[in-house]
Amino acid sequence: MLRRRLNRLLGRDERIADRRTIYVGHRSGSTNDAIIPPKFCDNRIVSSKYTVWNFLPKNLFEQFRRIANFYFLIIFLVQVIVDTPTSPVTSGLPLFFVITVTAIKQGYEDWLRHKADNEVNKYPVTVIEDGRRIRKESEKIKVGDVVQVEEEETFPCDLILLQTSRDDDTCFVTTASLDGESNHKTHYTVPDTGRDLESLNATIECEQPQPDLYKFVGRMHIYTSNQDPAMRSLGPENLLLKGATLKNTQRISGVAVYTGMETKMALNYQGKSQKRSAVEKSINAFLLVYLCILVSKALVCTTLKYAWQGTPGQDEPWYNEKTQTVKETNFYLKMFTDFLSFMVLFNFIIPVSMYVTVEMQKFLGSFFITWDKDFFDPEIKEGALVNTSDLNEELGQVEYVFTDKTGTLTQNNMEFIECCIDGFQYKYRDASSELDGFCVTDGPVSKLQQKAGREREELFLRALCLCHTVQVKEPIECHDQGDGLMDQVDGLEADGQETSSLQEQRGFIASSPDEVALVKGAMRYGFTFLGLESKTMKILNRNNAVEMYELLHVLNFDPVRRRMSVIVRSKSGDILLFCKGADSSMFPRVRQEEVERIRMHVERNATEGYRTLCVAYKYLSAEEYNQADKGLREARLALQDRDEKLMAVYNQVETGMSLIGATAVEDRLQEEAAETMMALQGAGINVWVLTGDKMETAKSTCYACRLFQRNTELLELTVRTLEDGGRRREKRLHDLLNEYYKKAVLDAPPVKGGVTRSWSSTNQDYGFIIDGATLSMVLNSSESNSSRYKNLFLQICQNCTAVLCCRMAPLQKAQIVKMVKNSKGSPITLSIGDGANDVSMILEAHVGIGIKGKEGRQAVRNSDYAITKLKHLKKLLLVHGHLYYVRIAHLVQYFFYKNLCFILPQFLYQFFCGYSQQPLFDAAYLTMYNICFTSMPILAYSLFEQHISIEVLLDNATLYREIAKNAMLRWGPFLQWTLLSLYHGLLFFFGVRFLFSNPALQDNGQVFGNWSFGTIIFTVLIFTVTLTLALDTRHWTWINHFVIWGSLAFYVFFSFFWGGIIWPFLKHQRLYFVFANMLSSVSTWLVIILLILLSLMPEILLTVFCKPRGSNARQMKHRLPSSGTSTIFMLSQTASTHSFSWSD
Amino acid sequence: MMASSYNAKDEDGHISVSGPGGGALRSKKPENTAFKQQRLPAWQPILTAGTVLPAFFIIGLIFIPIGIGLYVTSNNIKEFEIDYTGVDMSSPCFNCSQNFSWNSTRPCTCTIPFYLEQSYENNVFMYYGLSNFYQNHRRYVKSRDDSQLNGDVNSLQYPSKECEPYAYHDNKPIAPCGAIANSMFNDTLELFYHPNGTKVPVPLTATGIAWWADKHVKFRNPGENQNLTAVFQGTSKPVNWRRPVYELDYDPLNNGFINEDFIVWMRTAALPTFRKLYRIINKKDNMVPTLQRGNYTLEVVYNFPVRSFEGRKRMILSTISWMGGKNPFLGIAYITVGSVCFFLGVVLLLIHHKYGNRNNSADISN
Repeated sequence: MLRRRLNRLLGRDERIADRRTIYVGHRSGSTNDAIIPPKFCDNRIVSSKYTVWNFLPKNLFEQFRRIANFYFLIIFLVQVIVDTPTSPVTSGLPLFFVITVTAIKQGYEDWLRHKADNEVNKYPVTVIEDGRRIRKESEKIKVGDVVQVEEEETFPCDLILLQTSRDDDTCFVTTASLDGESNHKTHYTVPDTGRDLESLNATIECEQPQPDLYKFVGRMHIYTSNQDPAMRSLGPENLLLKGATLKNTQRISGVAVYTGMETKMALNYQGKSQKRSAVEKSINAFLLVYLCILVSKALVCTTLKYAWQGTPGQDEPWYNEKTQTVKETNFYLKMFTDFLSFMVLFNFIIPVSMYVTVEMQKFLGSFFITWDKDFFDPEIKEGALVNTSDLNEELGQVEYVFTDKTGTLTQNNMEFIECCIDGFQYKYRDASSELDGFCVTDGPVSKLQQKAGREREELFLRALCLCHTVQVKEPIECHDQGDGLMDQVDGLEADGQETSSLQEQRGFIASSPDEVALVKGAMRYGFTFLGLESKTMKILNRNNAVEMYELLHVLNFDPVRRRMSVIVRSKSGDILLFCKGADSSMFPRVRQEEVERIRMHVERNATEGYRTLCVAYKYLSAEEYNQADKGLREARLALQDRDEKLMAVYNQVETGMSLIGATAVEDRLQEEAAETMMALQGAGINVWVLTGDKMETAKSTCYACRLFQRNTELLELTVRTLEDGGRRREKRLHDLLNEYYKKAVLDAPPVKGGVTRSWSSTNQDYGFIIDGATLSMVLNSSESNSSRYKNLFLQICQNCTAVLCCRMAPLQKAQIVKMVKNSKGSPITLSIGDGANDVSMILEAHVGIGIKGKEGRQAVRNSDYAITKLKHLKKLLLVHGHLYYVRIAHLVQYFFYKNLCFILPQFLYQFFCGYSQQPLFDAAYLTMYNICFTSMPILAYSLFEQHISIEVLLDNATLYREIAKNAMLRWGPFLQWTLLSLYHGLLFFFGVRFLFSNPALQDNGQVFGNWSFGTIIFTVLIFTVTLTLALDTRHWTWINHFVIWGSLAFYVFFSFFWGGIIWPFLKHQRLYFVFANMLSSVSTWLVIILLILLSLMPEILLTVFCKPRGSNARQMKHRLPSSGTSTIFMLSQTASTHSFSWSD
Repeated sequence: MMASSYNAKDEDGHISVSGPGGGALRSKKPENTAFKQQRLPAWQPILTAGTVLPAFFIIGLIFIPIGIGLYVTSNNIKEFEIDYTGVDMSSPCFNCSQNFSWNSTRPCTCTIPFYLEQSYENNVFMYYGLSNFYQNHRRYVKSRDDSQLNGDVNSLQYPSKECEPYAYHDNKPIAPCGAIANSMFNDTLELFYHPNGTKVPVPLTATGIAWWADKHVKFRNPGENQNLTAVFQGTSKPVNWRRPVYELDYDPLNNGFINEDFIVWMRTAALPTFRKLYRIINKKDNMVPTLQRGNYTLEVVYNFPVRSFEGRKRMILSTISWMGGKNPFLGIAYITVGSVCFFLGVVLLLIHHKYGNRNNSADISN
């Protein structure tokens, strides 16, 4: 977003680079100019990062840019260069392993990309050159080439449509592979480009490539020999995007404007910014601590070494002389070398394999989300989608959920409920009851059983039929038009709802479901939209007569104006403007005397949770129309600021209309929306609803979702409340803020630890409502103390159970998310939405979730996770998030733990070996410890652990609070783990050291040496570390059993094997028979058992004394036999003041 | 179809794994397998006071007897130790330690008398103990050539670089090379029993003191069954040795690299104070104790200087039990841990008894 804006800013500064000129068919525009063909990139798509040649260096470079890899590389190099205690293999091998695995993975991914690239680049296309059709490979297309595309083919580059085989100068495309919208979109040829492409002499001037799929501004100059060049404006409707597919059109020709990496598709795929999880930040912090420990250990050892060597006879006793080269080395260099050697010796404290394991865990773990059958939606036959596995654990840390309303909380499955015409309410009951489909409700409206004039009714219905951008689906229109027509009429008259709804579903395609609902609504009342054919809209009216309207202009919908209009010319020649839009945007633009009648209906509908639209019309005189027409054409031709100019014209045209009526469309709540919201709130998550909808509608949705309860006190901060006092708005705003702050923050009883909000019913719940205008006042307040108010606002919001932000522009949604994200404590935010307007907030939040809804795939494409229904969010967070977090947190802590107690004995040993960097463990053990002996159990744990079972997690949302705020990766638990590893390390070392005060440990009097010493410690270490994990494992699947006992068995087997053979490639046979000999000593067995038991003791005591969560939950489950009961149990606590039935 | 449909993510060398969002997976209904639904049958053990309590008692009940057994065993092991370094003026070896020189041709001997207050039944093991001798120093530990010791002829001629500065002497390869071999303990210790003023040498067995695998596999003389003198032709003896390696013993099965004294020495000790098995005094018959109580003398051929690094030399006589040499640590540790477990068991029992019920009710009210 920012980059784009920056680009635009920069672009404005240098206008020259802002546009490109394209010579259609490479023919120079004006006759006298010689073309200097500008250089554009070719049409090769390169999504791959490497070639065969640069793979190795580039991949290695990229990998070593990562700090941990670089660290290990340095250690490795030190080992190679300096005489260090352990051979370079010990750190080289794991590093090599990690690097290789990563390289293979990235190489494979790149190979896939190469394959995909090739498929696209070698795809044969037809290019028209000098009238001849030439087959070419797609990658050879140059900007300016005229390309021909057949039906069902994808466009090889971004094309300006010049010619189509259809008569009406249109073509249909689907952009399913671009944004997932499977509806057919109509694109138009540039007018007057002529039927004759060979002789077309034109240039196109257009903006430089930019990633926005829906924006394109350009101008085409058509040169004919005898006239001045004609100029045509080009917009997105003329641009065919690479990746889209041609439908329902036999053949089109177009000129390439953007090729290769400059196509909009390529620009859009150039990566999202990577989100990093909080766990990763914790890892880095811990890493820093361990790095400090490492350096200080090395420093201590180096210092002590030189102090110790100072006493005579110790540095170089007669039995242990130094080599000549060592003797000659500079003293300080020696000191430095020693320091490095210690670093190398202790470097295992930073676990090289942790990154691999963490990545593997994330990658493999994310499969469980896609595999979860609960996420599968039979309707669209899709399950959840994981776009990034980096954030799995973040799902368990969410503190704020920002949800869109339409399509997310609600189904976005619009149903026309009622309308009001001139203040009279019409409610559709049954099509068959009256022929005309109208019947009047006996609602609370005063004008009972009254109808508006028939003329008004028809006008209103015509408006509904005309004012939209709905398309009639092709098959009906093309193949059996007559039949389809008959069918629809039949469908109307048949009394079975199902047949008609079937018809309806098949009938219309639109980008917004509201429009379909309205058109269908009109159809029920007798006005059927038959389709748009070459700028003519056909309507079948109540008398089964076809009315034709010439579509002159469509004033498109946009979220700022919040309305759309069409200008049509009726058969009789009248020019009409129909406009529909949100009440707030309509009321100021219509005659005021009509407003009051309608307003009541609109507001009542809104409180019932319906989406309301007002419909207005006006007659345009020829003069007015001409003016508007001119304005629109001019604005559309503008290259710069086209949008702003268009907006100005739109606003100018859409004035002085007369209001006919309003519609109410119901958007039903998503399944289990309320339950999900309750669960989220129970989990301690603040739910904010960010919607573009109007306050009343949004509020009623909030009530329906039980985000607001009946006893929730609502704090309103909207334009309306601001205008109440009559004082200056800002002053009033600040007063209100202060007042609310006092109410919600200061007077609120302090939140007791452990006792959760929803459990204590005594607390007053607050709900906060703010609208877009007020929000921008808060955020962009000009006054000096604006940050104070921003802060106040934030604190109020944080103390409220639910916050509703209505009338939000997409950017404002992102703004809010950003504000919360950057507030104190930097809480983890999650955005969930389904539409293009949610993309900004999805990208902004820590975790973005897209719903595979009806508004296209943009949200899904930009999200980190995509689910099919809102209700899945509950399981995603409460179960998957919780488990992933616990798993990864334990993984990280365990890794640091096991490496500290691995290295601590080695450190302690330095005090007993004259600080000579003598390793305690054999090189094989040093190398394999992290790779083989201890890596698998923790990986299995981190994939399969369920310390609390899935059902319990689902039933008890409060469990989510226990891991909130990164609870398992804070310094407290870290310290706990560190202390445990210190205890273990000390115990291992000194236990064995005291045993070795008499090294005659065998019953034949023979003695053990230093390698036996190390091996005993290592055996204890392996067993303790693995058993510690076993103690923490609450969920033993066969895999856990296999891996835990398997790695212990493997260790024993390996030790026998390693010590059983004189290895020809080894310089030292240090471990020869050491392990077997060790096991032949009873004392060793005894000490091993003792030490393992002793080191597991604290863990056991801790779990016994501090009751484990699992048992708590289990007991709870035990007491509450069925899960349903427990839900009700919880909910009845929550809403103890009033009862409600849960079944709806 | 689309090149970039494969997630082309910017990876800054970071192993970022793009999730399994491939198109193939999309439209397929997830399989309803226990594995994929994370519903594998699982054993869910929970440590509660109820399960841990008996464990503690059992551990206590097992450990305390073991500990007592170990302690008693350790206490029953007889051990006698004399320091013969010769630091004190009064010490018989003072002169030897004082006048030590590597070049002296005549070995210095000293005799230390001692009195055994107990008679030693069973086999008696004779150890030499060194203090402040860093056999575990890194430079020292690695200063050996295992392939040479394994009988590799090539390594005999060209010892490993690790052996520096004890690899070559006078341009001849040293066999065995390295600091460990070079500094082999070369005091000769002999034991004499003085029953009634007479001097009876105590028979010392020099075999069976090294690990079986070391003696038979890891250490081998170069050149199968050849004359050792011939095999070691062209090599130099370690600088500090008085005799070449092929003259360590008269017994051909205990000579050269497979000399057990040498093998024992080559197994580097774990700590700077250590003991190594020197000789075994085998029990002759059941009637007579191996070492009777009475007066003994230890005759030392004093070749091994330790005073330069403040070291100490000891001779230790010890019997051996099933748990090895005398070491009270294990027994005490077992008794302690056993008692602690038992005590914890009691505490837990009390807590469980007293608070167990209350805990349950607290859960409900929660």
